[in-house]
Amino acid sequence: MKDTTLLIAGMATLSAGTLAFRLSGPLLRERLTFPPWAQKLLETAAVVLLAALAATTALAQGHAFTGPSRPAGVLVGGILAWRKAPFLAVVLAAAATTAILRLLGVP
Amino acid sequence: MSSIYRTLSPRALRSRASRTSVLTGSVRRDIALALLAVWLIGLSYGAIAVASGFPPWFPAAQSVLVLAGASEFLFVGIVAAGGNPIAAALAGLLVNARHLPYGLALPDVLGTGWRRILGAHVMNDESVVFALAQDDPPATRAAFWTCGLGVLVCWPGGAILGALIGTAVRDTSALGLDAMFPAVILALIVPALRDRPTRRTALAGAAIALAATPWLPPGLPVLLALTALLLLIRRRPALTRKRPALTRRRPALTRKRPTRWPARTRPAP
Repeated sequence: MKDTTLLIAGMATLSAGTLAFRLSGPLLRERLTFPPWAQKLLETAAVVLLAALAATTALAQGHAFTGPSRPAGVLVGGILAWRKAPFLAVVLAAAATTAILRLLGVP
Repeated sequence: MSSIYRTLSPRALRSRASRTSVLTGSVRRDIALALLAVWLIGLSYGAIAVASGFPPWFPAAQSVLVLAGASEFLFVGIVAAGGNPIAAALAGLLVNARHLPYGLALPDVLGTGWRRILGAHVMNDESVVFALAQDDPPATRAAFWTCGLGVLVCWPGGAILGALIGTAVRDTSALGLDAMFPAVILALIVPALRDRPTRRTALAGAAIALAATPWLPPGLPVLLALTALLLLIRRRPALTRKRPALTRRRPALTRKRPTRWPARTRPAP
């Protein structure tokens, strides 16, 4: 976090690589058909990464368990998302649930 | 595809002058709602980044330069947990690899020269979804650019305001902002999770990451979750189910030996 140079290097890598992905699609479109299994694997890899991120940030702070208020909020958001509630409702309900639980003294 | 565009180009040019008029009212309203959501998520992104120790300029700069929410959240999450920024960038790139198939699926809406570069930069989940939902080329183009440029304004706008709020508000945990982040990610992947094999793999990955969290250095458990992809590769039924789709394309490619390729569909003993 303290090392600004490394942070900027990370940001540069991410932004340049992302633009490369975005440009190569239209450039390759007429020359290449992506094999369906590769497309599927890439999609699933992204979902797996994000699911793992959601799970760890919902339940852990560093190496330890967070209090129950954060996962409870995320759970409410997740249920709403599964029931196809609008994006805004999902995000606000998660924050509100956690905020109310903390107001009641739950860690 | 491009020949269709060429014949339509006078109409497409005229529509560029009054871009939004090509879109129906309901499409414009849907785009506006999506942009509002993007703005609000940007707000939480900026606030979360600052709350987890980033300087305010960082989410502001990243929101303009990367312009891909999920990967930025992932980057901030991994680095905030103590992970290496380069490793975080690579994880973000894995998430952003979906933009390549997006570009392959998108009809020719970008144009050429600087327009192509700007158009590629504003290619994101929202602009691609709205573009693909239209049925004629001028509307596709208008939806793509309206939504794409809208995201280019709303995402950094939200992130900058969020960073300022995050700097001003001392105790962001009282507002439950830390629950917002996983909820945003969850909401982004819920549509993909309705597919059963994907859901199983994602749950396995999440379980692996959680199990590793007490033991491994921060940031690594999320990357370790990718080992769950082996479930997809190693499961034989899934593999054989995929093969017919591949072999179905073969005849066009290898017309010389049409009698021999079906033997390949049989699973190995």
